[in-house]
This record gives sequence, C-alpha cells and structure tokens, in this order.
Amino acid sequence: MAQGAGTVATVPPIDDAPPAPPPRGEPRPARRGRVTWRQALRKDWRLYSFVVLPVLFFLIFKYVPMIGNVIAFRRFRPGGSPLGDEWVGFYYFDMFIHNQQFWQVFGNTVALGLLTLVVCFPLPIVLALMLNELRSRRFKKIVQTISYLPHFMSIVIVAGLVLQLTAVNGTVNQIIEAFGGDAVAFMQQPGWFRSIYVSSEVWQTVGWGTILYLAALTTVDDQLYEAARIDGANRWQQTWHITLPGIRPTMMVLLILNIGSFMAVGFEKVLLLQNPLIYSTADVISTYLYRVGIQSAQFSYGAAIGLFEALIGLVLVLSANYASRRLVGASLW
Amino acid sequence: MVIETSTPDLAAVRSEPTTVKDTAGYRTFRVVNLVALLIVCAVTLYPFLNLVAKAFSSEGYISAGEVNLLPRGFNVETFGVVMGDAMFWINYKNTVVYTVVGTFISMALTTPYAYALSRRHLKGRNLFIGIAVFTMFFSGGLIPNYILVADVLNMRNSMWAIVLPGAISVFNLLVMKSFFENFPAELEEAAAIDGLTTYGVFGRIVLPLSKAVLATMTLFYAVSMWNSWFSAFLYLDQKELFPVTVYLRNLIAAASNPAAGISGADTVQIGANIQSVTMLLTVLPIICFYPFIQRYFVSGVMLGSVKG
Repeated sequence: MAQGAGTVATVPPIDDAPPAPPPRGEPRPARRGRVTWRQALRKDWRLYSFVVLPVLFFLIFKYVPMIGNVIAFRRFRPGGSPLGDEWVGFYYFDMFIHNQQFWQVFGNTVALGLLTLVVCFPLPIVLALMLNELRSRRFKKIVQTISYLPHFMSIVIVAGLVLQLTAVNGTVNQIIEAFGGDAVAFMQQPGWFRSIYVSSEVWQTVGWGTILYLAALTTVDDQLYEAARIDGANRWQQTWHITLPGIRPTMMVLLILNIGSFMAVGFEKVLLLQNPLIYSTADVISTYLYRVGIQSAQFSYGAAIGLFEALIGLVLVLSANYASRRLVGASLW
Repeated sequence: MVIETSTPDLAAVRSEPTTVKDTAGYRTFRVVNLVALLIVCAVTLYPFLNLVAKAFSSEGYISAGEVNLLPRGFNVETFGVVMGDAMFWINYKNTVVYTVVGTFISMALTTPYAYALSRRHLKGRNLFIGIAVFTMFFSGGLIPNYILVADVLNMRNSMWAIVLPGAISVFNLLVMKSFFENFPAELEEAAAIDGLTTYGVFGRIVLPLSKAVLATMTLFYAVSMWNSWFSAFLYLDQKELFPVTVYLRNLIAAASNPAAGISGADTVQIGANIQSVTMLLTVLPIICFYPFIQRYFVSGVMLGSVKG
C-alpha cells in the first residue's frame, strides 16, 4: 500500500484502519468488499482532488497548532525555533499550578461558565414553548425576527451597547435613579460583572437558540396530543409529558455542546468588557492567557495554560456525551 | 429532498376547535404569555433604539443621563465628524474587502469538501470527516495559532491572517454535507452515462440545484467575517489595515476604559455620541439586510440539525 499512497500525496496512508462501519446503519451491499486505495484513487481521483486543499487547510491551520503545543513542554524564545529550544518538562504547568492568580481566573471561569450554562441553556426552551403557544402566526414571526436580531451583531457592537447601557448615565442607572436610587458605576465594581455578562449573553443568544427547539417541536407527533386530550390532560400536562420528552434529544445535544464550550466562556466578549478594575471577577482563563501569553509574550507559559484549558474542554464534552448516551440515549456521535 | 423549513404551526393544530374549550387558566396563561413576549421584544430592541437616540442626541443630554428612547437636543453633526474621518472609510473598505475575499475562500474550500464527504462510497470518507469534526472539540489554542500565523507563516499585517486561519467552519461544512447527501446517487450515475465526470456533475448539476444552501452558507460566512474583529486585532498593527470593527473597538476602549488615565466623566461622555454614531454606521448594513437574510439563516441552522 505504501507505493499506492506515494503516488498521490494527499491520501494519508491509513488503509489498515478497520473497515469503517456503515454510517447511520444503512445497509451496505457486501459486494463492494475492500477497495484498495489504489483502486479508489483510480476511480475517484476527481473526488479526491476536491479534498486536497481543505485537508491541507485543516492540517496547516488546525493540526499544526496542536503539534505546536509542544512548546508548553519546551522553552520558547522569540526568534528561536517555533517548536521551542529545549525540553523543560512540566515546568510551565508547575508555574501556573502554583500561581495564585491562575486559580483566581480559573475560579472566575468556572463561575461564569456555570452561571451562563444554568441561565442560557434553559431560557431558549422556555421561549420556544411560549412561542409555540401563540396562535397568531404573524405575531410569532415578528417575535422571532426581533429576537434573532442580536445574534447578527458583532461582539464589538454588543460590548459597546453593554458599556453604554451600564454607564453612569446609561439606561440602567436612569431606571435606578427614577426609583430614587443612586447611580452605580457598574463597570468599575467587580460585584456586577457576572450579572452583566450573563444578561448580555441572554440578550444575544436566547432568541436564536429557539430555532432548533421550534424545529424539534414541529416533529412531535400530533396524535400524542390528541390522545392526551382525550385522556383529559390539560395544556400544562401535555407540555410536561409530551412536548418536553419530544424535544429531549435536541435538548441533550445542545446541552452537550454548551458543556463543551463551557471553559471557553465568551472570550472575545469578556476581553471587550473587562477592565483592570474588575479583573477580580472579570478575568477568565482565556483572557488571562491572552494577556500573559500574547501581550507579555510568555509563549510557553501561555501554551501550557491553553493546553490545560483545551484538555478540560475535551474531557467535559466527552463525558457529557457519554453520560447523555447512557442516561437518555442521545449523543453527538 | 430539500428540507421543508416552513414550520407547520403546531399551536394552531393543537387548538383546533375541538369540543373542549380553553379553560380559564389557559386563557389567563395566553394573556400572560402574550405580554411576556411583548416584553421580550421590547427588551431586545431597546439597546438598538437607545443607540439610535444617542447617535442623534447632543452630548450634553447624554452625559446628563437624559437620553433613552428619543433623541434629545437633535444633532447630526457627529455623523459629519465620523464620516469625515478618512480612517473610518479606509477601515470600512477593509471590512468589505476582507468579507468578500474571506467569504469567497471559505466557500471555495467548503463546498467541494462537503460534496466529497457526502459521497458515501468514497474510501477514507470517515477519516476526512473525522479530521474536520475533531477540530470542533479540540483546538491548538491561541498561542500555537499565533506563532504559526504570525511567525512561521509570517502573515502579520496581511489580509491572509484574517481570511485564512478560520476559512472552513466545520458547522457550515456539516450542514452542506448533509444537504448534498440528499442528492440521490442515481443522479450521478445517470449523469455519468451521459458522459459527465465528477467535475461535470458537481458544476452542472449539483451546484445549480443547491443555490439555496449556497446562498445560506455564503451569508453565514459573510456575516461572521463582517463581524469578526479578534484576528485582525491580533495580527494587524497598522491602522490602515484594520477592519471597521477594530476601529470601533479602539474607539470604545479609548473612551470607556476607566484605567486609561483621565477617568473623568468627560472622556466617557464625549465618546458616547461619537461611539453611537460609529456603532450605528457599522451595524447599518447588517440591519438593512437583516430582514431579507434572516430566513436563510434559520433554514441553514435547521438544515444542520437534520443530521449531526
């Protein structure tokens, strides 16, 4: 097989991989048997030509950086080898594990991530159910159109809006003052950051998040509702016993995806919203990593933190997926 | 084979005039529901309305905290100031260029790959899918990416640093793949009998029949490129290369960073009006196109949900 792979460089030589299981359980005619790479290439070379550039793209821009993570274990000097100069083992991991500040940003990340998950995961379901109870299709369309709008805004715009609304003379303070309170400098007090961040996430994501649920809601079998009505179930019981179980697979898939991106908590938005006065709550792993890694050019230290973060993310998504498959039978793969 | 996206109205089906009348409790619920949804709309729209109001207000009223829904001290001069800044237009033009080039590259890479991945007989298909999907769950991270793009590929201060590293979105790829999978294999076989090669089938049959999904994906890429700022912020340090999002980001950062020295209220407030105008001008194209492109996005997301 080695010669076969040598003729066209694009096909990775992995033909001793076990015969791939037919995807999604379609019956596959057995007559095809094992096609060798040489045969496949001769027959489908045009199709393979379609994958050359994209595979190169993935290798260069996605997999080379993964390999580049070795600098987390090697000393990197600007101007030196991009893969670092000498092995230092877990030196950089030791460094952040014994760094008080790292654990503070770690705690912030977990707190912010959990809060976002707890608030932003269920709300689209609620909103979708509410929309689903509307009888006027036109009104439903209008609400949908409006609630999707924030999804299309650049994070820079969202951050700008948040900063304006929470400014000392912004709308939030206008309301507080209208009720006789004193204006609060929200963006200078660490205690407010989490609420502000999560509210802005809700504003930006909840409407758009309903799409998949609304689609899933249409797939629930109407006969079930009819049967339930005959059995005397009221609307609430119908929702609880039919609608929610009906959209459970969608819920699980989205939950797994949310958990997977848990550690990455809106890096760009946090970066745009934070300022040094509120670092004690607003600094998360990714922004800390950006500051020490890029701005202070401690590449190896930053890479170690980044690798740690990415591994946690991977473990989280794999375990969420596993748990979901075992518990409710829905999974990503 | 095209997924029907117009959603049959479930509520309407469920509330067929059956013999059972709505209970009083349910009627109350519907009123509460209606009001709640109106509030959702109001809260969603308010920041935009506030932005417009501030853009047309005088700074004095803004800093006094008196502008909310309607402009106070009507003022359009700031538009002249912002639009008179040559750098704003240079950066705006950059955004357009990056969006067009980036979207083109993204589509040119994504479409053929998705088509190849959709052909079930392709040997190595699962490997090619795996290469893409794995990157959704594990990524090299900021620092190695930065070293690769800035140092190894030497793309600092070049458009390629903006448009290449994120060229393929795996989500979009999977959406397109599942769309192409709905093309029957017989189509290809029939076309092959007529003497068309894979290229011919792809170019003359598949693409023309996929206009809807191509439009959707183009929009997905274009909007995300239009909105992106971080890679430009990371890899560009020459002002005249910035996209308008970075222009805006710098404006906001300069005006509202309390640690930036003069933390007097003045700095923030003088910025507020200019900021609002700049933000408004930046989102304007999106807002204008939004009503027309929205349904494409919705159908794109649903297309993606058909299969994992």
